Amino acid sequence: MDFFRHDVNLDWMGKTKYFVALSLTLLIIGTASWIHKGSLDYGIDFKGGTLVYVRFASTPPVDKWRQGLVQQGLGDSVIQQISDIASPNANEVVIYLPQQGQGNEALDAGKGAILNALHATLGSGEAGKQDFNGASPDMIADVLTRKDPLSAGPAGATRYQQLAKQLTDYRDRQARGVVSNLDNLRDAGAPPSVLSALRDSFYAGPFAVVNVEIVGPKVGADLRRQAVYVTLYALAGMLVYIALRFELVYGAAAVLAVFHDVLITLGLFSLLHFEISLTVIAALLTLVGYSMNDTIVIFDRIRENLRLMRREPFKEIVNRSINQTLSRTILTSGLTFLTVLVLFLMGGQVLRSFSFALVVGILVGTYSSFGIAAPLVVAWNHWKGQGAVPVSGTTAGSKTRPAETQGRLAPAGRR
Amino acid sequence: MDSNLRWKAVFIALVILLCIFGLVGLPTFPTSLAQLRDNFTRRIKLGLDLQGGTHLILQVQVNEAVSLQTDQTIDHLGTQLRDKNIRYEDLRKVGDTQILVHNLAPEGTAAFRDLLSSNFGEWDVAPAPGEQSGYLLTIKPSTVAAIQAQTMSQSEDTIRRRIDALGLTEPVVAPYGQGDNEIIVELPGEGDPNRAKSVIQAGGQLELRRVQDPNPYPSEAAALGAHGGILPPATELLPSKTVDASGQGSWYLVDRSPIITGRDLRNATAIPSTDNPGSYEVNFTLSTDAARRFGPFTEQNVGRPMAIVLDRKVESAPTIQSRIEDSGRITGRFGQQEANDLALVLRAGALPASIRYLEERTVGPSLGADSIRHGVQASIISLLVVLIFMVFYYRLSGVNAVVALLLNLVILLAALAYFGAVLTLPGIAGVILTIGMGVDSNVLIFERIREELRAGKAAASAVDMGFKRAFLTIIDTHVTTVVSAVFLFVFGTGPVRGFAVTLTIGLIANLFTAVYVSRVIFDWHLAKMPRQAALSI
Repeated sequence: MDFFRHDVNLDWMGKTKYFVALSLTLLIIGTASWIHKGSLDYGIDFKGGTLVYVRFASTPPVDKWRQGLVQQGLGDSVIQQISDIASPNANEVVIYLPQQGQGNEALDAGKGAILNALHATLGSGEAGKQDFNGASPDMIADVLTRKDPLSAGPAGATRYQQLAKQLTDYRDRQARGVVSNLDNLRDAGAPPSVLSALRDSFYAGPFAVVNVEIVGPKVGADLRRQAVYVTLYALAGMLVYIALRFELVYGAAAVLAVFHDVLITLGLFSLLHFEISLTVIAALLTLVGYSMNDTIVIFDRIRENLRLMRREPFKEIVNRSINQTLSRTILTSGLTFLTVLVLFLMGGQVLRSFSFALVVGILVGTYSSFGIAAPLVVAWNHWKGQGAVPVSGTTAGSKTRPAETQGRLAPAGRR
Repeated sequence: MDSNLRWKAVFIALVILLCIFGLVGLPTFPTSLAQLRDNFTRRIKLGLDLQGGTHLILQVQVNEAVSLQTDQTIDHLGTQLRDKNIRYEDLRKVGDTQILVHNLAPEGTAAFRDLLSSNFGEWDVAPAPGEQSGYLLTIKPSTVAAIQAQTMSQSEDTIRRRIDALGLTEPVVAPYGQGDNEIIVELPGEGDPNRAKSVIQAGGQLELRRVQDPNPYPSEAAALGAHGGILPPATELLPSKTVDASGQGSWYLVDRSPIITGRDLRNATAIPSTDNPGSYEVNFTLSTDAARRFGPFTEQNVGRPMAIVLDRKVESAPTIQSRIEDSGRITGRFGQQEANDLALVLRAGALPASIRYLEERTVGPSLGADSIRHGVQASIISLLVVLIFMVFYYRLSGVNAVVALLLNLVILLAALAYFGAVLTLPGIAGVILTIGMGVDSNVLIFERIREELRAGKAAASAVDMGFKRAFLTIIDTHVTTVVSAVFLFVFGTGPVRGFAVTLTIGLIANLFTAVYVSRVIFDWHLAKMPRQAALSI
């Protein structure tokens, strides 16, 4: 099977002004959104604060809860119900509490306050009993070993450990963390005697805290600084590598193209209200690598064609190179795009921002190779007034003699 | 068939076997399917975001150790100046790192300098600005650095001992970050992070000191008043730990120097209390050296109270009934867990400086289970999409690519198992990205082969040129992505590192499978094919 006509001869470099227009539009829209908001949507990794994710057995009483939080003095908290493509009936709520001052209060003061508010609003359950939805396997095993409902005696300890693990596995995997009624544990394989022992000591709390993230001010500031440095270092490293393998101008063109990709991605993030977290930075660095990949494939072909097509003007060589690698570019980008699209749709809420960065990044990264990097090299070449840029580097046996290079000035009228 | 080719095939088979063994063959050779699965889950280490657990970043306040050093120096300097009859008006501490000698008698200057250079070599001395005859001593930066390094390593060790004593599976305690005295602690598995946090943060500094006055005072002012406004030499006032309903505690006048410190303990255990049934107490035993000191001390002080001081607060002050050689009790209304934790902390040793938490993340196991499910589903679907496409598009050569890709994943997982690397949720995303980028290598090669075939080359020659021409490009593209990943590894923590590791290993394995293994399969196929037949690509 083959999708492509292999004799295409599209004039890519002729369309440069359309590419530039497209890029500028995207950049302007993105940066405008960014500037309008004042800054990027930083996630908790960068701005600090407290995030608590809570899962409920049934629809969460968000409004009631918001009032409860205000009563506790946490009026500046933000509660959001999570609805996710992958799990639409999640009954999950996330509460964000911004950084409470720079002082020496305990880091988890915010978490404590939120949990207090939760208990105050939703009741703290039955006296003397523990919340099953917040109990660890050890706690459950402890209670069971003491009560010994199966009359297993001292040897029963391991058995109760296994049973406790079974029960918590059921709760965490099938019931997604919140068991609404202790009777449901029958499905986990708990015999009736064990169930009644559990009912005596536990109650089924209405919620479970599934995730807590608390980032202090120092860590947030450190990370912001580091993120910028790392990206710059990585770009510098690649610039050096490409400059060595090809020529400095190729390196510069590739880096500028990647810069363009990152800016557009960040702009889209701002536009669509996605948060920038640490994993998003990881995705951005990956997209830097991927965009470089793509650009290198074209540059590689240009280098090869420079050797073969010695009489052609540079612009034509670039066009030809892009056309020749077109099938590979579309196939690979297409396949990689499909894989990250699957990740975006099915990878769960935790990876959503990360996979969005990759989805956008792959599209933009592929485009920038022929839309930005190649035109930049052609423009440089044009500006230098030569027909070709002599390529140094490790192409096997291709030491172009100076006389040949000079002899390849493009014939007049063909630029 | 070419014998060279045969050896290559054997080599590849060995690699496959090694990988499979690494994934399911350890620690015990499996004899059943259940054991196979068990081995596999044990071999792949899951990160905190997949198995649940707590991740803490804490900062050791090393300045406290430096400040303590300055305090001790002031004490020693004062004593030695007095011994040598060098007169001065005042010795004052300035900040954490400086001492001001106020109004030093001019005739003692030479002796002062001699004393400093012989006994206080870690301090730089300079005339105090704005003072007539005052000197400012500043601790040397190299000494500060040494104190900080020692405090950091001692803190790390103590924290590790305490966490190990909590009995958690495979905790991680390691230095973190770029030299800001930070330590990362990772506690996998379920459980209450609050207990671990308080055990880690507990000062744990135990001291036994003689009490000067038989009765405690209701306030600092009262204590001072009873002594005419100045405390007797070598004593200090310490508050009690327990406070009554109005927040008022008692104050004890105790010796400044403890007779016994936490370092003298040989062991500490929690046992049910004999005086207060239902609560617990901590029994400790002393080392032989300490016992040699303690025996005579208690004998000389029978009838007087002795303060048991924990983290600068008086837990209790029982009266010494008779000579005690080597044991003691800390009573207080401790619950069982409290007493256990206190005994644990005493056994592990005191922290040299206090701890501040900078970051805390707790992933519950249900979220971890969700993440695993989503990640695995997404991986399988993307793998299927890619595999089906390759077979449709490249026919038999597509099958070649499929084999290479599957082998790539097997090698990736086996490498994770062998290196003990941790698989995180972004790590699973890294696997998915490896699938996408890995297949790129195959596409590069196959498209090149197709090009050569179109240009009229014979099958064998086309394959040869395809691989040769594409090789450099493949190297270039892999290197640039690995460079990104290396930076991510150095800079990131936990989940991001997992991503960098899986991506790097995946791409390196891809070099092996897409170039070497694919080539071997092609060569093998070509050797079996009739010479003029068309290549299925």
